[in-house]
Amino acid sequence: MRQERVPIVIVVPAAIGAAFFIVPLVGLVVRSPWGDAITALTAPETLEALKLSVIASLSATGVALVLGVPLAWVYARVAFPGRDLLRALTTLPMVLPPVVGGIALLLAFGRRGLLGAWLNSTFGITFPFTTVGVVMAETFVAMPFLILTVEAGLRSMDRRYEEAARALGAGRWRVFTRVTLPLIGPSLFAGSVLCWARALGEFGATITFAGNFPGVTQTMPLAVYLLLETNQEASFILSLVLLLVSLVVLVGLKDRWLGSA
Amino acid sequence: MRDRIALLVAAVLLAACGSSGGNASTPRSATPLSGTVSVFAAASLTDAFNAVGASFQRANSGVTMKFNFAGTPTLVTQIEQGAPADVFASADTTNMDKLKGDGFTTGTSQVFARNKLEIVVAPGNPKGITTLADLAKSGVIYITEAPTVPAGKYALQALKMAGVTVTPKSLETDVKSVVSKIELGEADAGIVYSTDVTAAGGKVAGVPIPDADNVIAQYPIAAVKATTNAAAANAFIAYVLSAAGQAKLQSFGFLSAS
Repeated sequence: MRQERVPIVIVVPAAIGAAFFIVPLVGLVVRSPWGDAITALTAPETLEALKLSVIASLSATGVALVLGVPLAWVYARVAFPGRDLLRALTTLPMVLPPVVGGIALLLAFGRRGLLGAWLNSTFGITFPFTTVGVVMAETFVAMPFLILTVEAGLRSMDRRYEEAARALGAGRWRVFTRVTLPLIGPSLFAGSVLCWARALGEFGATITFAGNFPGVTQTMPLAVYLLLETNQEASFILSLVLLLVSLVVLVGLKDRWLGSA
Repeated sequence: MRDRIALLVAAVLLAACGSSGGNASTPRSATPLSGTVSVFAAASLTDAFNAVGASFQRANSGVTMKFNFAGTPTLVTQIEQGAPADVFASADTTNMDKLKGDGFTTGTSQVFARNKLEIVVAPGNPKGITTLADLAKSGVIYITEAPTVPAGKYALQALKMAGVTVTPKSLETDVKSVVSKIELGEADAGIVYSTDVTAAGGKVAGVPIPDADNVIAQYPIAAVKATTNAAAANAFIAYVLSAAGQAKLQSFGFLSAS
C-alpha cells in the first residue's frame, strides 16, 4: 500500500480539529491534583454519587434493552406508514438539549403531567425527586443510541438463517431468541455499552426532571457540577473518572460504531 | 459596617447628582460611553437587572448591556476561569469576598440591595403552609437550593433560627429552578427570596417569614479587574446605586441598600 502525501490544506485544519478536542482533556489532566485523587474518590459523597450513577445507568440500560430491542425490530422488519417519523420521534433525544428532555418528562410524568397526574391520583406514584426519576431521565436520553445500533444490526444480518430456522419448524419466538438475537449479538452489545455510557454522563434531563439530592438523585455529573463551586480539585478528578470511562468505551467500540454500521 | 456602606452609597449618589445636575441617568462624562458591559449577576437579580440594564442603556445609547445570570458560585467560578465579565453582582458578601480575596475585582464592592426570604408555595397555598415549621409536615414536598448557593445557605440559617429540621427532596442549583418546580407543581414549598415570588407573578404565592427568623441577604456589586470597559462598568455600578436604579430595584421587591 503506497502512502499518499496528505495535502497541507487537509493537515492543518485536521490538526486544529484534533487539538480542539485534545487540549481541554490535557487541561483536565494537568490541572487535576493527583495527590488528592484517592481522598477525592473515596469521600463519602463521591462514593454515594458513584454508586447511584452505576445503579441508575445500569437500570436505564436494562430498561432500554427491554423496550428498545423490540422497537428496533419493528423499525427494521415492519413496513408501516409513518415509520420514519416514529423513528425520528424516538431518537429525538439524541439531538434534543437534555434540559428540554427533562421539561418534557415533567410535563408527561410530573405530578401534574399528562400521565403523571393520573398515576399520582390513582396509585400515589410520583417520579420527580426519586431514583426511578433518574432512571427515566437517563433512559429517555440514552435509549436512542441502543435503538439505532440494534436496528442497524438487524438490517445488516443475513436473514436466510431465520428463514432456514423457520423452514426447519422453529416458532417465531424460538427463531428470535435462538437465531436473531445471537446473530445481532455484537450490535446488541455495542448498543448497550453506548447507551450505558450516555446514561452515565447524563446531566440536564436528570437535574431538571429528578432534581438533585445526595444518595437519591445526585449522580456523578451532578456531583461534579456542584463540586465545581465548592471543591474544584475534587470536581476535576471526578470529571477525569467519567472521561476515562467514556474513552475506554469509545476505543473499545471503535469498529462497531464506525465500521460495521 | 452598615454606616460605612450607607456613607458610601450617599457619596456615590452625591457624586452622581453633583456632576449631572440632579439627573442620574444622564451620561456624566464628556465622552459618551460605548462598548459592551457584561454583567455577571446572581439568578435572583434576573428580572430586576434586565430592567435596570434597559433603562441604563436608554440613557447611554452607545453602550450594549449583556447579562449572565446564574447561581452566584457558578459566576465566581466562571470569572476565575477567565470569563469576560465587567461587573459582578453577588447575592451574598461571602462570594464577593472570595472573588475579591482572589484578586479578581477592582475598587470597593458596595451593597446595592437587600432581600428577604419567603416561603414559596402554589397559588392558593393548597397545603396550608403558614410557618417554617409547616415545611416539615408529612406530605409536604420541600425543596431548596444547594447550600453552596447563597439562598440555600440563608434558608438553612432561617430554618435553624426557627428550630425546624426538614429534609429537602432536592437541592436545586438556583432560586429560579426552585420557583419553576413549585410552578410546575412538582414540589409543594421552597424557600426563595421575596423578589422571586414577586417576579413569578400569580403563578406562585408567598408566605412571609417573620423577621425574627428571617435572613436579610445583602447584594454587593463590584467591577471585575479584567474589565476592558472600566468607564462603562463603573457608570453602570453608579447607576445601580443611583436614585433611579434603586427605585427600579425596589419596584421588583428588593429592599433598599441600607
